[in-house]
Amino acid sequence: MNAPATAPASSMPAITYNFAYLDEQTKRMIRRAILKAIAIPGYQVPFASREMPMPYGWGTGGVQVTAAILGADDVLKVIDQGSDDTTNAVAIRTFFETTAGVATTTRTQDATIIQTRHRIPEAELKAGQTIVFQVPIPEPLRFLEPRETETRRLHGLADYGLMQVKLYEDIARHGHIATTYAYPVKVEDRYVMDPSPIPKFDNPKMNDSPALQLFGAGREKRIYAIPPYTQVVSLDFEDHPFKVQAFKEPCALCGATGVYLDEVILDDKGGRMFVCSDTDHCATRQAEGHTGTMSAPYAAQPGPLTPSPSPARGEGGNPTGIPSPLVGEGGSRPSRETGEGFATGESGEAR
Amino acid sequence: MTTDTPLLTAQGLAKYYGHRLGCRDVDLTLHEGEVLAIVGESGSGKSTLLGLLSTELAPTAGRVAYRMRDGETRDLASLSEAERRLLLRTDWGFVRQHAEQGLRMAVSAGGNVGERLMAVGWRHYGDIRSEATDWLSRVEIAAERIDDDPRTFSGGMRQRLQIARNLVTRPRLVFMDEPTSGLDVSVQARLLDLIRQLVEEFGLAVVIVTHDLAVARLLSHRIMVMKSGRVIEQGLTDQVLDDPREPYTQLLVSSVLAA
Repeated sequence: MNAPATAPASSMPAITYNFAYLDEQTKRMIRRAILKAIAIPGYQVPFASREMPMPYGWGTGGVQVTAAILGADDVLKVIDQGSDDTTNAVAIRTFFETTAGVATTTRTQDATIIQTRHRIPEAELKAGQTIVFQVPIPEPLRFLEPRETETRRLHGLADYGLMQVKLYEDIARHGHIATTYAYPVKVEDRYVMDPSPIPKFDNPKMNDSPALQLFGAGREKRIYAIPPYTQVVSLDFEDHPFKVQAFKEPCALCGATGVYLDEVILDDKGGRMFVCSDTDHCATRQAEGHTGTMSAPYAAQPGPLTPSPSPARGEGGNPTGIPSPLVGEGGSRPSRETGEGFATGESGEAR
Repeated sequence: MTTDTPLLTAQGLAKYYGHRLGCRDVDLTLHEGEVLAIVGESGSGKSTLLGLLSTELAPTAGRVAYRMRDGETRDLASLSEAERRLLLRTDWGFVRQHAEQGLRMAVSAGGNVGERLMAVGWRHYGDIRSEATDWLSRVEIAAERIDDDPRTFSGGMRQRLQIARNLVTRPRLVFMDEPTSGLDVSVQARLLDLIRQLVEEFGLAVVIVTHDLAVARLLSHRIMVMKSGRVIEQGLTDQVLDDPREPYTQLLVSSVLAA
């Protein structure tokens, strides 16, 4: 459209993208779908999902929704499993920095748009914020009823006995409702909705939230939404009420309780630690001076493989006192370690 | 409760698949607690008729009316989809020839029986489970099999599970499509016994499609003989089977092997 006429003849013309990558017509189409989704909370609106420069399963739906609602003065935060610094989050954040030039942040409070994969931040969302979920399978009834025509009819008739059968099966097999993520919810007493694979720990945060919640499924070509202050109820049985996960110990780095924790395997001898899955929440608390059982003492020297304490993780490099190569090898939490420990370590060696 | 108003009436029912005839000119009435057998050879239109009566197929001509639980007789074509579904899973049952079509094979026996209850709003796990246990024992399935998949069940057990799944909401009308074919003789006998006992206990009205005259004789009060899409003879079961009028019926009756 606006080919750079001033580019030197000898070099390749600079690639220019429309604001936020998608063309304006596509964004209008997606916005119409979003508006319809907001008007019918929990209803899956079909939309003409585009090919995005990333594979399906990496958040193509969420990216399209974000691209359609992004404005020049928005501040974007992208998280993946609660973390700001894993591959998926870094890639999508950079994508919008490049194609839209918007400001980005890792701080939940400062963001106007939060694109997320599989978590809702611990910090309470405010009115005016929008959270965009990446959704792999939008249809909560999919694995119970394979026919799309039939699931649509079931939604149309609010015929949700089948969903209850799934929960029944959980209790029959495990003695309790063993669904721990993508836990089905009923929106505004009408549509049963898949909240995307967030842990059920986050389900209560969806209820009556002041923030706008948008869901995009790229491969399945569906958008759905929960407007602010909407009732969202997790399905259950009277004698087996909905319960969220509880953790025995607080975060090992910031001492937080009542937050969702990730288990990090430290070695092959059973060593493990539990840390906040929300890295921003953890870092904020550490900056405020909160410490956990495995917080490194201030005098600690960073090990050779973890040269510099990264801003997000604090001094979590070698919390156990085990020789540091083991931490590098055994700290097998791929997503976060790839984003941080290994990356900084390798770049440090390269220099 | 006895009343003279029939439970189910059909008038001038016809179904064409393009130019081919499914069945035509079928009139029938069924009262509460009555068992009607539809017999005939393969391709005679029995299953088409069952599909029309149970609203699974839309008739080309004619109408079917049903007396609802509130006493009002309604044309089934006038029901909304939601009403039709509610009827299908509360006041009606459908026992299929192949249990795999009537059951959720990946869901435990208890879940299969409980599905209708949950669909009509039961939300207490303990209640659903005790009701399911109760029904499994009624159809002679051991209570400890409640959490097993129907895939691990024998053919006869699957059929009995299907019956339990259908009867759990105390329907008044049950459609059965060849419920005993494909089972060996001793299992058939046991299943027929069970069906007869449940029909009596709950005063069920049943429309049963079968090509097995012995099944019809054992279970049904009345019988309809179909050939080439039309009803050629009907009446009391004993009367029709002992003294068949139509040549075709005579052929059917005489072709049964004496045990």
